[in-house]
Amino acid sequence: MTTFEHNDNSVVVIVGSGAGGGTLANELSQRGVKVVVLEAGKRESSATFVNDEWASFIQLAWLDKRTTSGSWRVARDFPNLPAWLCKTVGGTTVHWAGASLRIHPHEFKARTTYGEIDGASLLDWPLDYDELAPYYAKAEDKLGVTRTNDIPGLPGNNNFKVFYNGAKKVGYKATTGRMAINSRPRADRASCLQLGFCFQGCKSGAKWSALYTEIPAAESTGNMELRTQVHVAQIEHDAAGKAVGVVYFDAEGKQQRQRARAVCVAGNSIETPRLLLLSASSKFPDGMANSSGQVGRNYQRHTTGSVYAIMDEPVHMYRGTTMAGIISEEIVFDPSRGFAGGYELETLSLGLPFMAAFLNPGEWGRPFAQAMDLYSHMAGMWIVGEDMPQQTNRVTLNSAEKDQWGLPVPNVHYDDHPNDVAMRNHAYERGRAVYEAVGARKVFYTPPYPSTHNLGTCRMSASPRDGVCNKHGQTHDVKNLFISDGSQFTSGAGENPTLTIVTLAIRQAEYISNQMSQQNI
Amino acid sequence: MKTTSELETKVVRPMAHLTRRELLKGTGVLIGMLSGASSALLALAPSRTWAVELNALSDAQGQELMRFARQLYPHDSLDDAAYALVVSALDGAAKSDPATKKLLADGLRKLDAAAGGSFVRASPPQQLAAVKALEGTPFFEKVRGTTIATLYNNPIAFAYFGYEGSAWEKAGYINRGFNDLKWLPDPPESASPPKA
Repeated sequence: MTTFEHNDNSVVVIVGSGAGGGTLANELSQRGVKVVVLEAGKRESSATFVNDEWASFIQLAWLDKRTTSGSWRVARDFPNLPAWLCKTVGGTTVHWAGASLRIHPHEFKARTTYGEIDGASLLDWPLDYDELAPYYAKAEDKLGVTRTNDIPGLPGNNNFKVFYNGAKKVGYKATTGRMAINSRPRADRASCLQLGFCFQGCKSGAKWSALYTEIPAAESTGNMELRTQVHVAQIEHDAAGKAVGVVYFDAEGKQQRQRARAVCVAGNSIETPRLLLLSASSKFPDGMANSSGQVGRNYQRHTTGSVYAIMDEPVHMYRGTTMAGIISEEIVFDPSRGFAGGYELETLSLGLPFMAAFLNPGEWGRPFAQAMDLYSHMAGMWIVGEDMPQQTNRVTLNSAEKDQWGLPVPNVHYDDHPNDVAMRNHAYERGRAVYEAVGARKVFYTPPYPSTHNLGTCRMSASPRDGVCNKHGQTHDVKNLFISDGSQFTSGAGENPTLTIVTLAIRQAEYISNQMSQQNI
Repeated sequence: MKTTSELETKVVRPMAHLTRRELLKGTGVLIGMLSGASSALLALAPSRTWAVELNALSDAQGQELMRFARQLYPHDSLDDAAYALVVSALDGAAKSDPATKKLLADGLRKLDAAAGGSFVRASPPQQLAAVKALEGTPFFEKVRGTTIATLYNNPIAFAYFGYEGSAWEKAGYINRGFNDLKWLPDPPESASPPKA
């Protein structure tokens, strides 16, 4: 395996190995750029994943202390778990469900399309759909997205059958969607076995994950070194304000320093702004790349929620792909519904242990037990829609609480915007209509889980006053510092974000290597 | 975190394999019989008798916690053995943390008081009222949180609720019923293509 010296300042350091960091590492190393990836988690594999929800959660989830505030229900039910993210090589691509939808052209122009909305800090993205389209095509090929590149769709499971038939009766067209899960063997990965444990790491390898695609591909170039179980604590800069490296704690808790030609941060939308804030210095008193004051702000988590229905006959929704079923009619911009932005409805199932934990957190007693008694008759779907960016929804440092390295933990503050509430209620009702159309006996509205889609905390903007980075993820303030994950989203759009994160990473790799060739960084 | 297979070994370990000496090493033991109600479960178990050893809590505390868990999540025909696993998890927490042991002991005394002297001997409506009286206390939340994470996460519960657990060993559901639902029409191939 390739290794680089700590004082080698020719390397690009990437913090995080998920959809953004893992992809960027591979794309850069394929272009001959030397890369050191610093990953906080351990390296697991399809062989070590377990089909056991709680055991897998302990194995994969990011469980370092975090705090919450705000009126969102997560702060009450899961005060130290604002987000369900991964701390493992491959990041959240290990537990994502695989839904791979492009952001629509109008969603890139959120401010223009939706207009001024009270309390929302909407902006248009500094790039448009056409600019990104060729990179979306590359990402779809890389991920092996079904219904693109002549890849057939996945076969629908029982949960999909209920979803499809209900959708049809209320006038929606449901399909098994565009999924980064092999319906046929492709790219040295097997086809889906319908295990039903997509969230627990795919044991068949049918679902795309950076863990067993981008990372080994990057390693095989000889240009990439992956260091695991290392926690980056600070980005350092020189007198001119250029990034010169990072300080991190290694697996033994020993402080190390890696020099760098450029630093790319891809720690997901809580850790990425946290790292910039932790890197405050006399030159950057409010945190690195934070002259706009926008680092950590505009935290978005999608307007989510789930609808579960008890049907007259058994469903066994847990059999097969966790999320291969989609209704896309509501993604349009149609303010007559009472809100801006749109949403998707996607099939979702939880195993018995997580259904108990998430159906209605905190509830107990006979009605809850009676609902659980009919677990085998349940069908389920998830709402994923665009939430409004707000200046006050933000990640900050909580100096009152320290993590295992003595660093202030991140606090995640979130209040629903009235637009979010209106959208969620609309989606709940549409979900109910779908299930009642096929005879649902009872329908439950399940509140949002700890966030799996975390976005916007270092947003890209045309003007350095409005955001943290430009349309390439390059920070406005520090030209060799890049944001390489979903933190750079200007607005959340209504689609599962992984495909767009990968797309931006492919494009960013091209930009970084060009900038390096031109000696601009 | 225990995997289900570890729990399975623990729960369905037949009495015959637990010697008297082993039982006496602990601070208490919960013993019961699997009911005939769940035949799926009996197929799993080598014996109808089950025993859960306690290492921090007494028999009486164990019994009271088991009744408490039943009031929280009442599944009338779910075997006591599943609820005993909750007690086992709480016992483990009490053994590794003296503060938790005290929280449970103090909480159980309050539960008795709220039930008019003895929670275990109180009528079901009295038990429910006592549980409600403690709702929101750290003791209540400790037991509720442990119950929700344990009661539905073991092979006894899986058999009872009709959840099939780990699928990898059985090559998933691709040839084992992932799309066997027959009470609705099959979607067209454009929506749901045939499997490979």
